[in-house]
Order: sequence, then structure tokens, then C-alpha cells
Amino acid sequence: MNPQLLWLIPTLPFAGFLLNGTLGRRLPRAAVATVALLFTLAPALLVAKLWSVLQSVGGPLALSVASRPWIAVSGFSVNFAFTVDHLTLIMLGVVTGVGFLIHIYSVGYMAHEEGYWRFFAYLNLFMFFMLVLVLSSSFLLLFVGWEGVGLASYLLIGFYFTKDSAANAGKKAFIVNRIGDFGFLLAMFLLVQHYGSLSFDSVFSQISASHIDGGILTGIALLLVLGATGKSAQIPLYIWLPDAMEGPTPVSALIHAATMVTAGVYMIARCHVLFHHAPAALTVVACIGAATALFAATVGVVQQDIKRVLAYSTISQLGYMFLACGVGAYSAGIFHLMTHAFFKALLFLAAGSVIHALGGEQDMRKMGGLRTRIPITFWTMTAGVFAIAGIPPFAGFFSKDEILFQVFTHGGALYILLWLVGLATAGLTSFYMFRLWFKTFFGEARFSEDAQNHGLHESPPVMTFPLVVLAILSVIGGWVGVPFAFGGQNEIEHFLRPVFHPIVPGQAPFYPEFVSSGSTEFLLALVSVLAAAAGFYFAWLLYYRKPGESTRLANSSNAARFAYRLLDHKYWVDEIYQRGIVTPLLAISRVLLNGLVDGGMVQGSAWALTEGTGGLGWLVRRIQSGNIRSYAGWLALGAACVIVIVLFGHHPLH
Amino acid sequence: MVPIAYYLVLAAILFSIGVAAFLIKRNIITIFMSIELMLNAVNLTFVAFAHMWHQVSGQIFVFFVMVVAAAEAAIGLAIIIALFRVRQTLNVDQVNLLKN
Amino acid sequence: MQIALFTIFGLLAVAGALNLLLQRHPIHSALSLIVVMMSLAVLYWSLGAEFLAAAQVIVYSGAIMVLFVFVIMLLNAGEEERTRGSRVAAIAGFPGAAAIFCLLSFVFLSERRQLGFTRLGESVSTAFSNIAEVSHTLFTSLLLPFEVTSILILVAILGAVVLARKEL
Repeated sequence: MNPQLLWLIPTLPFAGFLLNGTLGRRLPRAAVATVALLFTLAPALLVAKLWSVLQSVGGPLALSVASRPWIAVSGFSVNFAFTVDHLTLIMLGVVTGVGFLIHIYSVGYMAHEEGYWRFFAYLNLFMFFMLVLVLSSSFLLLFVGWEGVGLASYLLIGFYFTKDSAANAGKKAFIVNRIGDFGFLLAMFLLVQHYGSLSFDSVFSQISASHIDGGILTGIALLLVLGATGKSAQIPLYIWLPDAMEGPTPVSALIHAATMVTAGVYMIARCHVLFHHAPAALTVVACIGAATALFAATVGVVQQDIKRVLAYSTISQLGYMFLACGVGAYSAGIFHLMTHAFFKALLFLAAGSVIHALGGEQDMRKMGGLRTRIPITFWTMTAGVFAIAGIPPFAGFFSKDEILFQVFTHGGALYILLWLVGLATAGLTSFYMFRLWFKTFFGEARFSEDAQNHGLHESPPVMTFPLVVLAILSVIGGWVGVPFAFGGQNEIEHFLRPVFHPIVPGQAPFYPEFVSSGSTEFLLALVSVLAAAAGFYFAWLLYYRKPGESTRLANSSNAARFAYRLLDHKYWVDEIYQRGIVTPLLAISRVLLNGLVDGGMVQGSAWALTEGTGGLGWLVRRIQSGNIRSYAGWLALGAACVIVIVLFGHHPLH
Repeated sequence: MVPIAYYLVLAAILFSIGVAAFLIKRNIITIFMSIELMLNAVNLTFVAFAHMWHQVSGQIFVFFVMVVAAAEAAIGLAIIIALFRVRQTLNVDQVNLLKN
Repeated sequence: MQIALFTIFGLLAVAGALNLLLQRHPIHSALSLIVVMMSLAVLYWSLGAEFLAAAQVIVYSGAIMVLFVFVIMLLNAGEEERTRGSRVAAIAGFPGAAAIFCLLSFVFLSERRQLGFTRLGESVSTAFSNIAEVSHTLFTSLLLPFEVTSILILVAILGAVVLARKEL
């Protein structure tokens, strides 16, 4: 396959963005949708072709294509260059495949919204940037994609820009991301300073050859982690993701579940060489991941908005992926990324279907008994819920289990603790997802029948088709990673081995399956299934058997009331940030930047210039007195000066 | 056998008195006459140098200066007459309509 | 004897100039200026410029100053009133004038050696008379400026006639 075709993969969605962005306002809706779908389908087909090429016997391990130099100064040069290896392939498959399905879904979901063309234009723009991010073979191009998806996310979160909350949510997302990007930028500067290049090949080979650990590499790694926490919504920069639910549901599905938020995890996996030489940073990553997973799960337990529950669940699952990368199990992390993309997109789309059926209602307290009314949505959502809860043989079980196993066997007391945290999170995940399931679909109907616009009905086929496809993927998607302990081949780990454990001539190849012991894995799997089952049981108890019990429990004692308030207010993190960071920053900006710099220097210099000119003019004007004798006086003085200059100017006297 | 420098210093004295009169006097005709005085001082300088360098061109220059002075006097006085008709005064301080 | 000539007429010139400065009525100033010009004519003669001396008397005193006297009498200029003048003339002017004088005299006096002495009655260059000398140069090498000055005079006449008309 001609490597030049790689350029087409991102540029086709960009062409779709240009078409829809410029002409879309005047085109009919069908044309806009066709353009968007076409320019998303084509990359998907290209990726399928790529897949077959790289998977074929004797196929290359990677394909690259590079352009002429983009920046070429002495000592530093960067090209536009794309590389496709197996890691990229998985990411490409997820982005284009899930992206295409979500495009199809949006045709139906956004059918009655204003700004149809704008939505699809932004969605294609997002695809372009995400594909650039995934395909790039240098930090700089990755950063371009990184920033670009942030921009697309801002545009799409604030899609209903007339709503204040949506506009603010967009701003919050962009600004918090910016803080992470600052870390990324600093890391890039340090890389240029120490290795003189930003292309992955060059940097990583230099790092491997240098055999140093820690030191500056830890610094660079931690800065990269800061960027990743911003993009992947980990502690401390996760606060934008729940607010991002203000955007339309397909946006939440694509950007904030399947693709953009995984960019941080992808970046860490891509830089595994760097992290391998900075073990302290890896520990930090693992701790952040585990802490975030537990934290978000606890908050998700009390949320009432269906999309908020899914948002916190996303943060929690991203924590799992960080945890996996933190213990060096990158393929497990990417495996979970893939399965998460399937079932989280499915969950969001199904939730969108529910919201659409109820005419815009998002509060779970006003749902219930929808099981028989919207059956397709119900069954597909069930598949998603079972998958995320980690029930075998659904997809989530295998990926989550792999992560927990790798954490447990990493060695060291800290990692046992992290494993416990992961286990607790799994139980909580199961609990709140089944809570959502029961509250939405079971029990008595708490919604008002005269829902606006449509009346209660199942979604049209254009929306249910992607749901069905994703449901099937949620069921079978995990089967590529069945570990040896259960009789599988763990194909995905094999698939990713050339990326994470490349064969270096002269070194013994790395065979992880000899490290694991079948019985440990089996036991651990059993424990996590038990945790999931416990979650199911409690959810069934509190939300099906005895509805209203949970409210009673929350008010039962002072401690319970306090705990409930703590979780309901999301640990007051937003308020703490507002008081501790935002307000002082605003105050400092007002005084220093607005007052001193802008008012003082900029306006001050302008004022000084005008006043100076005016004053000089006033001074000179005094000479023009209209009085002839004063002119004569100046003349005499001037003549004297001229004589002096002439006499004593160029030739000194005697 | 007078040193030529004395002639030059005399011319300088006359010139400075001309400048001073130009500054002090208020009658416009008197100011004009002080200009003529300055011109004469310059003429004396030229003639002195012509004598020193044995050139005749210094004297010819004086000749031209005289011609120009004549023309200038004619025009200047015509202007003064026109000014007098308009402003009815010969006081130069009162010809200040261009003030500010 | 030349010293005496120079001293007398030099002093006369300076006295006339000071009188021009100090007199209040313009007609007195005009007459003092005539005195200055006459004494300057004598000084020209002592420097060997006889033609210029004659021209000074005939043209300068006899024509230009007479014109000044005409205008003074025409406009019936009276004594000067004391009006408030400009302060700049006092503040900047006098130092300027004084500076000019001091500079010039400093230069002239310091170059005293090189300037040399005058030779009374000696003609400028050759045995020809001064007027022959002047006219020879004027009508050969400086012919163009000579013709231009005639045009200048023509323009001046026209300008004066236009400016001084009753109705403008």
C-alpha cells in the first residue's frame, strides 16, 4: 500500500469540515449529513485497508510517511510525518470506527436542532485533529492535534452557545486543558534542549542509548503527565469533564468518552520508553490513576443526572487506564481503552436515546419503567452496563481484570494497596451503573406522559443501528484479550508487543506469560467478579426491591447525611478551586496585568506620547507670537549660534 | 598703515549696533534703516578684504549688494505704505494679527 | 596720517550709528544714517575703491536715503510711543547681538597678523584706474549677474508700483 495514502486519512475529514463549514449553511440537511458521513467513512475504509496490510503475513511492522521540513533551523528540525504501527492501528480503528458510528447516530439525534451544519463541521474538524494526534510521529505534531481537539471540544461543548451554562462549560474545559498543555509545552522545551529533536524515533533511541534513569527524565515525564491529566481528566484537572456534559450527547460520546480523553493515555503509552527510564513518574501516574478512579466512583454514586453519572464513570475508567500505564502494563491500558470506547460510547448514545425519547429529560428521578417502552435502547444499554460492570464474558471484564492482575503482581506493598483501591472502584462502578440501570428502566414510571415534541417512542433506526453495533462490540470486544489462564491467546498483547517490547538484537525477548501463574490470575478474577456481583446486589436491593430505601439511608444518621452532602457537592472541589485559585488569580490579574501593565505601561506610554507632543507643540507655538520684534530677537540669537558653529565647528582655532 | 583688522572691527561694531537698533526700535521705518546699516557694515568688510587680497571681485560684490539694497528698499517701503493704509500705525508691535 | 583719517571717520560712523539707535523721531535717525554712509564713503576711498565711494554717495545716500526721507514725510511718522514690546527681544536679542559682536571682533583681532596693513591710495592691482578694473571684470566674467540685476530692478519697480497703489 502506498504510504502516501496516509495523508488522506486526516485530510478527508478536514475537507468535510471545510465543505460543511463554508457551504453548509445553505445546503439542505441531507446534503450536510452526506458530506459529513462520506468524509468519515472514507478514512474508516482506509484504516481497514491499513489493517489488512499490516496484519498480512510478511507485512511491515510500521508504515511511515514524511514531508519536507516544517521547521528547519540550525540544530533543530521537524517534519510533518505520520507513522502507523500497531498501537496507532488500534487507536485509528477506535477513532474512525466509533467516530463513524457516532456520526450516523448524530444524523438522527440532531435532526431537529438548529445549527445542524455547524455541528457536523465541528465534528469533522475534531476527527481531523484526533487523527493527526494519533498518526503523528513527533511531539510537535502530536501537540498540534492535542490543541486542536481541545479547540474542537470547546466549540462542541459550547454548541448551544446561547445557554450561559454551556458557554461557561466550554470555557472551563479549554482553560483547564490549557494548564495541562503548559506542562506539555515545558516538557517539549526540555526535550529539545536535551535531545535536540522532537521526533519520537530520535528522542526514544537517544534515551535508550543513554542508559540514564531519573533526573531530567523524571522532570520531563512529570510535565507530560500534567498534560495528560488535563486532557484525560484526572486529578487535579478533571473538573471540566462533568461540566462538559452541557454539549449534545453525541459529543459526549465521541469526545468525552471514546477518543479525546484517551489522548492522554495514548501519549503515555507512546512515550513508554521515556517513562521506563523515569520510574518515579510511573509511580505518580499509578497513584493518580487509582486515586482518581476511586474518587470519581464515589461521586458518581449520588448523581441524579444520567449524563453526569456517565461522566464520572468515564473519569473513573480513565483512572484505570492511568493505573495500568503506571505499572508498566501498557497493552492492558490500551486494551481497556478500546473496550471502554465501545461500551462508554454505547452507554452515552443509549442515554441520548432515552433523553430523546423523553423529550429532553435527563434527571433519573423522573425516569423509570422504560424497559417495555423503548426495548432496543433497553437491551443495548443493558449490554453496555454489564460490560462496564465487569461481568464475564462481556468486554469490560477482561480488560479490567487484566489491569487488576498486572497491578497485583507488580510487587511491593503500595501496589497491593492500589489493587485494593481498584477492586473497591470496580465494586462501586458496578453499583452505580446498575443503580442507573434500575432507576431508568425499571420500577414505576415517574415521567410525565405528555413529553414535549414527540411523545414517548423508540428512536429511529438511524439511531438504533449504531447502538446495536456497539452492543455487539461490547459483548465480543473483550475476546481478543482473553488471557492464557482462561485458555485464550491474549492476542491483543501479542499485537502490541512490537510496540512496547520491541525485539532488540542481542537481548533476550520478553515473554510475559511465563511470569504469570494461572491460579493467581483465576483467583483475582474471581474476587473482582464477586465485587461486581456485590455491587449488583446492593443496587438491586436499594433501587428495585425497596425503592426509596436509599433516601432513607442517606438521612439515617448525621454521619450518613454528612457523607451524602460531601458526595453530592463533589467534595466541594470546584468551590475550593474557585476560592483558592481562580479568585486570587483574577485579583492579581486585575491589579498587575490590567492596572500596571495595561493601564500603566501601554496606556501610559500612549498618554505620555500625546502629552509630550502636545506640550512640545505648546512650547514651540510660543515662538509664533506674531510680534515682529520677538522674531528679530530669535534671529539674532540664531545668527550668533550659527557663527559659533561655523567658527569653532570643523576647524579648531589656532 | 592701518591694520586691516581695525576696519573689520569697525564693521563689526556697526553691524552690532544695527542688530541692536533692529531689536529696540518700534517704528517700522527705523527698523528698516537699521537693516541698511547692517548692509553697509557688510559692504565695508567686503571692501577691506578686497583690498587685502588684491581682488576686485570684492568690490563688485559690494556693487551688487548696493543694487539689491536699492530694490529691497523700494519694495519694503511700498509694503510699509500699504501696511500703513490698513493698520494706520507704524508701530511694529501693533502688527500682530498673526499672534497665536 | 592714514590713522587720523581712519580714526576721525570711523568715530563719525559709530557716532552716527549710535544716534540712529538713540533718536526717537525717525527723521533724525534717517539723517544720522546719511552721516554714517558718507563717512563710509571716505573709508572706501581710503581702501582704494574710488568707484564704490562715488556709488555710495550717489546711490546709497543720494537715492535710497532720500526715498526713506520721502516715505517718512509721506506717512507723517511721529515720535515713537513707548509700547510694550516683546520680552524675547530683550532677553534673547541683546545677548545675541552682543555675542555676535564679541565673536566677530575676537576672530578679527586674533587674526590680526595675517590680515596685514592697508596701503593708502594704492590701487588694487594694476596701473589701470579702479573704475577700469571694476568695469572690465563686470562686463566680462560677471556679465550674467549684471544682466540679472537689471531684471531684478525691473521687478522691484513693478512690485513697488503694484504695492503702493491706492486701490489694491
